[in-house]
Amino acid sequence: MNHLPLIIKREYLTKVRNKSFIVMTFVSPLIMVALIALVAYLSQLNKDKDRNISVLDETGVLSQIFVDKEHTKYIILADTSLETAKELVKAKEDFGLLYIKKSSDANTVLESVRFYSDESPSLTIMSSLERKIEKELSDAKLLEDGVDIEMIASSKININIAQETFSGEKTSKVDSYLKLIFGGAAGYLLFMFIIIYGNMIMRSVIEEKTSRIIEIIISSVKPIQLMLGKIIGTSLAGITQFAIWVILGSILVFVLSAIFGINMSELQTPQQEMMNQAMQNPEVANEMQLAIQSFFNLPLLNLVIAFLFFFIGGFLLYSSLYAAVGAAVDNETDTQQFMMPIIMPLILAVYVGIFTVIEDPHGTVSTVFSFIPFTSPVVMLMRIPFGVPIWQQVLSFVLLAGTFVFTVWFAAKIYRVGILMYGKKPSYKELYKWIKY
Amino acid sequence: MNNLLVADSVSKNYGDFRALNNVSITVPKGSIFGLLGPNGAGKTTLIRIINQITMPDTGQVILDGEPLKPEHIQNIGYLPEERGLYKSMKVGEQALYLAQLKGLTKPEAKKRLKYWFDKLEIGDWWNKKIQELSKGQAQKIQFVVTVLHQPKLLIFDEPFSGFDPINANLIKDEILQLRDEGATVIFSTHRMESVEELCDHIALIHKSNKVLDGKLTDIKRQFKTNTFEVGLQTNAIDSVTNAIKEKFEVFPATFKNLNDDVKLNIKLNGQETSNDLLSFLTSKAEVHHFVEVIPSASDIFIQTVKNN
Repeated sequence: MNHLPLIIKREYLTKVRNKSFIVMTFVSPLIMVALIALVAYLSQLNKDKDRNISVLDETGVLSQIFVDKEHTKYIILADTSLETAKELVKAKEDFGLLYIKKSSDANTVLESVRFYSDESPSLTIMSSLERKIEKELSDAKLLEDGVDIEMIASSKININIAQETFSGEKTSKVDSYLKLIFGGAAGYLLFMFIIIYGNMIMRSVIEEKTSRIIEIIISSVKPIQLMLGKIIGTSLAGITQFAIWVILGSILVFVLSAIFGINMSELQTPQQEMMNQAMQNPEVANEMQLAIQSFFNLPLLNLVIAFLFFFIGGFLLYSSLYAAVGAAVDNETDTQQFMMPIIMPLILAVYVGIFTVIEDPHGTVSTVFSFIPFTSPVVMLMRIPFGVPIWQQVLSFVLLAGTFVFTVWFAAKIYRVGILMYGKKPSYKELYKWIKY
Repeated sequence: MNNLLVADSVSKNYGDFRALNNVSITVPKGSIFGLLGPNGAGKTTLIRIINQITMPDTGQVILDGEPLKPEHIQNIGYLPEERGLYKSMKVGEQALYLAQLKGLTKPEAKKRLKYWFDKLEIGDWWNKKIQELSKGQAQKIQFVVTVLHQPKLLIFDEPFSGFDPINANLIKDEILQLRDEGATVIFSTHRMESVEELCDHIALIHKSNKVLDGKLTDIKRQFKTNTFEVGLQTNAIDSVTNAIKEKFEVFPATFKNLNDDVKLNIKLNGQETSNDLLSFLTSKAEVHHFVEVIPSASDIFIQTVKNN
C-alpha cells in the first residue's frame, strides 16, 4: 500500500509547525537584515571620524599636496624639530605625524619618510598617503627629466575589448558577471540547502529512533517509503522556508532602506565596484542595453529546467546519505565520523565551482567535475549560464540519477537495519555488513 | 483452517550470527500464545519476521492460510517492546496518523478512536502532547493504536511493562475481551505469572532454537513429577518422618499454614497412586495439607533453559 503521501504530509506539517522552525523562518531574515544594516551603519560611523594628521615637511615642496578632505585634516608644521613636533602631536592627541626629512635627492627622500602614531594606522590611510607622495615625486622626476606630463596623460589608452561569439552573439564583461552571479547563486543555494535540510532529515531520523516509535511505524510501512517520505516532506518544508526568507528578506530590505535611508548599495563588493566603474564609463553606457539584452540571451529556459533537475537530483542524492547516517547512529554526537565523507565532496564542489568555473567554465577541471555525480549538481549549475551543450547536461544528469538510485538503495539498506539497532556506535565495517543483511 | 499463524522452519542469520534456527510454531485461532525465552533467544527476530520488518533467510510464514504478503500488515497489530511515540505530536493527531498507516480511513479511525478513548477514559488527552503524559499514559495510547484496526492477529511484546497494577489489569481484561471477540494473540513476556494467567499455548525459544511448545496444560502434565506437598500433625515427628522416608522419596517443603506441622514433598514412584500415599499417611498422622505439585510456567522455563 502506498503511504507515501501520508508520510510526506506528516513530515511536512511537523516541520512547519515546529516552534523553532517558525522562529527560524521569521527571525533569520530579520537578523540578516539587522546585521547588514549594522555593518553599514558601523562602516559609516568609521568614515565619519575626524582625523588630524600633522605633516612636518623639511623639503618644503610636498606640503601643498596634502589638501584637507571631509574627515581628514592636515596640519602643516614648519620650523620645528622632529622631537618637538612629536611632542606637539602627542599633546594634541592627533592621529599621527608624517615626517619627511630634508634631502637633496628624490630617492633618499623616499627612504626617509616616516609616520609616527599611537596606534598603527590602517592600510587605507597609509596607502592614500603613499599614493599622494608617489604621484608628486614621480611628477617631479618626470619634470626633471624633461618629460611633458600633459602628453603622458593624453596618451593613456583605455581599452574595452568587445566580445562576440562565432555565431554572432555580442557579449560583454557585464554579461560575464551576470552569468557568474547566476551560476554562483544557484550552486551556492544548493550547497546551503543540502547542509541545512540534510541535517534536518538526519535529526528527524534520529528522533524516531530515540523516541522508539520506529518499530511501530515500520510494522506498517516499508522503511524505504518512510525514508523517501521524510526526504520529500523535509525538502518541501525547506522550500517553504526558503521562499519565506526570500520574500521577507526583500520586503525588509525595502522597508528598512526606505525608513532609515541606509543605502544598501554602499556596501559594495569588489565585483560590484568593477561593474559600477564599467557603467560609469560613457563608452560602456550603451553596453547596459547590451547587458539587459544579454540577460534575455542567457539560456533562461535551459537554466530554469537544469536548475530544477540538478537541484532536486543533488539534494536527493545527499539527503539519502544524511538519512542513512541518522539511521546508523543513536544520537547526534555520534554522527561526526560519518559526516566528513558527505561534506568533503560538497565543499570540493563549491571550491571547484568558485575557482575553476570562473577561470575557465569549459576547461578540463570544470568539465570533469560537472560529470562526477557528487560534485556535478553544484559545478554544473555554475557552468550552465556560460552555455553547456545539451548532451553534456543530459549525460551528467543521467549519471547523477543513476548514482542517486544507487545511494538511495544503499541508504535504504543501512536505514532498514540501522533504525532497529540501539546502543552501539557502528563502525564502517559494520555498516558494510548491514548492506549484506 | 484452525491455525491462524504457522511459521515453518524459519531461519535467520545476521552475518555470522544465527538468530533463528529452523523454528516452527503453530498458533491456533482464538488462542493466546505465549512466546517465551531468555533475553536474546530470538523472540524479537521471530516477531519481526511475522511483522515483515525483516525477511527470513529460509522457511516461510503462513497467515490464515496464505504466505505472508505486504497486505497482511493490516491484519496484524504489533506492540513492540521498544516502543514510543512522537514526543511533540498531539495524541489525537498521532493516533490518527498511525491508524491511517494501518489502512483505516480518517473518519473511521476517528470514530474508533473516540470509542476506545471513552472506554479507557482518556478522552481529554486528545489535544495533549505525548511529552505531557506519563509513561503509563503513553502506553495506553500505544495499546489503543495497536488494536484499533481490529487485526486478526495481535502481537504484544511485554505489554504490561510500565503499567501500575490497576492499569495492567485493565489491559489484561481488554486483551482477554479481544480474544473472546475472535482475535488471536501472540504474547511475549518474562512475567511468568501473566503467562500462567493468560496463555493457552506456549513456545519456548532458547539460543535460536525452539526447545518446547504445546498446550500449557499438556506441557505441565509432561513436566509433573508425581510429587505431593503434605502437611502432617503428629506428636512423634521423627518416627513418622522416618517411616515415610523408608517408603518414598522425600524432599523438604516450605509452605505456610496455621499448624506446626511436618512439611514434606513426597515423590511417588511409578506404581503407587495418590490414594496409596494418602492412606499411608492417614495411618501415621493427621493430614492437614495434601496437594499435588504442579510445575509452574516459571519452573518449566527455568528447567528447560538449564537443561539445554
